Amino acid sequence: MEIISIKPLLAVLISLICALLIVLSRKNKNIRESWTILTSVTKFVIVASMVPTILRGDTIAYTLMSILPGIPFEFRVDAFGLLFGVLASFLWILTSLYSIGYMRSLKEHAQTRYFACFAIAISATMGIAFAANLLTLFIFYEILTLSVYPLVIHKETPEAKSGGRKYLIYTLSGGVVLLLAIILTYSFAGSLEFMNHGFLAGHASPEMLQMLFVLFIIGFGVKSAVMPLHSWLPTAMVAPTPVSALLHAVAVVKAGIFGVVRVIYFVFGVDLVSELDMGIALAYFVSFTIIVASMFALAQDNLKRRLAYSTISQLSYIILGAALLTPSGLTGGILHIAHHAFMKITLFFCAGAIYVVTHKKNISEMNGIGRSMPITMAAFSICAIGLIGVPPVCGFLSKWYLSMGAIEANEVFFVFVLLVSSLLNAAYFLPIVFNAFFKEPDDKSSVGEAPPFILIPLTITAIISIILCIVPETLNPFLQIVKEVVENIGWKI
Amino acid sequence: MPLEWILSKYNYWISAALMLIGFYTMISKKNFIKKIIGMNIFQTAIILFYISISDIENRAAPILVAGKSDYVNPLPHVLMLTAIVVGVSTTAVALSLIMKIYKEYGTIEEDKLLEVR
Amino acid sequence: MIQNFPILVVILPLITAFLIPLIGWWRKKYCLYISILSILSVFIISIYLLNSVMASGVVRYDLGGWEPPYGIEYVVDLLSIFMIILIAFISLVIAIYSKKSVEKELSDNIVAFYTLFMLLIAGLLGIVITGDLFNLYVFLEISSLTAYALIAVGEKRDALLASFNYLIIGTIAACFILLGIGFLYMVTGSLNIADLSAKLPEAYSLYPRVVLAAMIFFVVGLSIKMALFPLHTWLPNAYTHAPSVVSALIAALMTKVGAYMMIRIMFTVFGIHFVTEVIPVTSILSWVAAIAIIVGSINAIAQTDIKRMLAYSSVSQIGYIVLGIGLANSIGLTGGILHIINHAFMKGCLFLAVGAVIYQTGIRDIRDFQGIGKKMPYTMAAFSIAALSMVGVPPLCGFFSKWFLALGSIESGKWIFAVIILLSSLLNAGYFFRVLEKVWFGESPHEGVDEAPKSMLVPILILAAGCILLGIFVFIQSSFIKSIANTLL
Repeated sequence: MEIISIKPLLAVLISLICALLIVLSRKNKNIRESWTILTSVTKFVIVASMVPTILRGDTIAYTLMSILPGIPFEFRVDAFGLLFGVLASFLWILTSLYSIGYMRSLKEHAQTRYFACFAIAISATMGIAFAANLLTLFIFYEILTLSVYPLVIHKETPEAKSGGRKYLIYTLSGGVVLLLAIILTYSFAGSLEFMNHGFLAGHASPEMLQMLFVLFIIGFGVKSAVMPLHSWLPTAMVAPTPVSALLHAVAVVKAGIFGVVRVIYFVFGVDLVSELDMGIALAYFVSFTIIVASMFALAQDNLKRRLAYSTISQLSYIILGAALLTPSGLTGGILHIAHHAFMKITLFFCAGAIYVVTHKKNISEMNGIGRSMPITMAAFSICAIGLIGVPPVCGFLSKWYLSMGAIEANEVFFVFVLLVSSLLNAAYFLPIVFNAFFKEPDDKSSVGEAPPFILIPLTITAIISIILCIVPETLNPFLQIVKEVVENIGWKI
Repeated sequence: MPLEWILSKYNYWISAALMLIGFYTMISKKNFIKKIIGMNIFQTAIILFYISISDIENRAAPILVAGKSDYVNPLPHVLMLTAIVVGVSTTAVALSLIMKIYKEYGTIEEDKLLEVR
Repeated sequence: MIQNFPILVVILPLITAFLIPLIGWWRKKYCLYISILSILSVFIISIYLLNSVMASGVVRYDLGGWEPPYGIEYVVDLLSIFMIILIAFISLVIAIYSKKSVEKELSDNIVAFYTLFMLLIAGLLGIVITGDLFNLYVFLEISSLTAYALIAVGEKRDALLASFNYLIIGTIAACFILLGIGFLYMVTGSLNIADLSAKLPEAYSLYPRVVLAAMIFFVVGLSIKMALFPLHTWLPNAYTHAPSVVSALIAALMTKVGAYMMIRIMFTVFGIHFVTEVIPVTSILSWVAAIAIIVGSINAIAQTDIKRMLAYSSVSQIGYIVLGIGLANSIGLTGGILHIINHAFMKGCLFLAVGAVIYQTGIRDIRDFQGIGKKMPYTMAAFSIAALSMVGVPPLCGFFSKWFLALGSIESGKWIFAVIILLSSLLNAGYFFRVLEKVWFGESPHEGVDEAPKSMLVPILILAAGCILLGIFVFIQSSFIKSIANTLL
């Protein structure tokens, strides 16, 4: 059943209004920050209030107006969109708290611009999550691209500016390819509306559809940081850490992933993709990224850059899961969107906390840091272990499903890929943890933990990373939503 | 036959030749005044062209005189009056521009202007 | 009175142009007000005309009571009324803006400026409303001559050379158009557009070469007038050295009226069958346009003077419009006409914003724009919106012209054009983000620079808002424009 409700629109608009309020109250920073907190909580409440409806199997829709013939500006919340929405809006609350701590501790300049752009970016992310058709999604996708640009070059140093330029060149080029794909889709099918089983089947020759699929993957692949389209992401790490945390581990890159999954399951449809033999081809393609990005991560000394390469590798897990075209594979993939978000955001938060307290960016300088910052490094260790795939952290769960999916698809090769990548993950994460706790600090000056505004969010996310693995299935909201997604597509887990 | 055919259309040849002379002058001469002279030749050629197409053999000029009932087409003449006005005003604007250019740069030769700039 | 509205559209600005010297002799500052008043009344009349065109179809007006095809006829159809409203609105906005700018840049020549300004607008309105080819030529020359003069009053002496160059090339174009008209008159004996197009098929069967020659003269002449690559050489200098107000006016309107004439001649006079099948002019044009899009953008990237950059950007954007004409299918032509209005708003806004910066600081080198966004936030916000729209960021209006054009290219099977359009948005991003990065990020070396005065700021913001609204409500205008395109095809 489709329920007409203004909630999705509200969820998108509220942070846009917030951006306006932030700019208006730029004189008083306490009022300004309270707007951020207030809206982020309200937004989460709005989004969360849609969860019961969706779990009942309904969808929530709201059409604002027509953009072009046959293409309305429409929101439709289905289980998959809701998962992304819940995730991004919840993590925005934590990131807002963290941002306040981080920006104030470092006495950063242009904080109004920072918070306003952040709010717009979140708004765009919600729009992407709830978009009912490709054009609506594309509009928000481009807004997201642009609103993140000021955040990337926040520091306004030459390094930041060149990073920003690189970011723009990559993402705008991706956007253009995506637009071409969308226009072709519209020209073939006359519609852009997401359907549970896809809508492209039979509208064009197989070769044409294969080419279209490739265009879509390239288009969304830039933000998903699929190799060889990834190199903007490590460069974009010049941004302040909360930006890297929320946007470059959750919102922006996941928007690309979200698009890929939407295209595979809701534009092409499972049957068409497997008919075109594109699923397994894509899976092999991203396997390359999974392995090679992990290897690149090994070579990084800058902590944030190492995390960035780890993100690149982990993002391809999700695409791999989706590309396997099996129920467990999809479950693992989508689940990993949420799980990776919690774990990676914690890791970035920790990196930021270390930077705030010690101004250290490089791993080689972090010997013994676990002694002075035990909570931070404990959180870091939990999530590092999680990303390797060790229980009881949630990364284990998604890897489990992914491996199941590979077996279901009779492609044992991918199980092997997952194993190798886990080993590589261990190889680049464990030394950090080991050095932090067991090596002597280089300088004896004891520094304390980061301020509470920074410490509390990262503790929360680390705890959630564990909880998501150990709670029973029925109490795990993400697992429930993912089940709903899988059922909508017509599968049973 | 071909010669006759060519000769019978002599009005077109003349105006075409004038047009080409004018056009060539406009784009090849470096002196601005000469360009304007070329422009005028071009415009005049077009005026001649229009007037010549209005002519019909063995008919009188379009002036009401007793005893004449067949006239040539008067409309092109009227049109060309307007075209002459347009041409004159273009020339006027062009000449005043040239005067200003001469005052500012001290020359109206295109190649010298490029050096001065 | 009401049945005389079509002629009033032209007569009002024309009379105003003659009144201004008289009034200016008495009180200089009233020149502006009477210009605004006159354009405003044209705007109101055009809204009324829009209503009657929508309600009862094409409105015709016989000048002096002489019936067509002998007399001059004014025809207000959907395309004309669309252009009239566009011209009236943009020139109204620019007139409001001109107050401060003209006071500073042309303080000695206020009266002369407004006289020419009104004549230019009268010429542009005349071109779009007339249904008579020779009348069209006369109005074209009125607007061109005033444009030459307006460009020549730019602050640097280079403006004189730019203007003279434009005059020579523009006159050649006008002569070509006049010749084209002459050839058509020769074979049909008519100058009335509707009459001509009815008689042309028969004339073509009798004298194919004459019609062909006429076609070629028209295409070349109009391409020069609208600065289609490779006949664009007059444009960059003219736009760069003209006073800011004039740059905005001619960038937003003159080339658009050229595009209008191209559409009129191609589709109303010659007809779709003739230009696509008898002589494949449209496919030649679309290739030329594709090259124009790329070359214009690349040239724009290489510029350091911001006005020159915008000028080259115009060369590329004119390519978009011509590409829409060249595609000659419903969607493509919709995209082309849509881009006429979108580009008028975007380029108008960009030139006005740059004009405001020049007015306040005198800088025009892109490298000096460092941090100007902090000093003139509203002006530069408007600039950014228009620039993003040019890049094609949804939901701003520029995106939708690209959408229609790319869709039209795919519909006609010419994918390469879709790729070129999308590639060009990257090139646009290349030159605009170079400016935006300077404008917004970095410390400003400009001490004591303030926001532009309100009379300049408001027009800029109106055009910027237009860029947003035309994008968000694209459904309304695109369906209107689609009906225009369908009547033409």
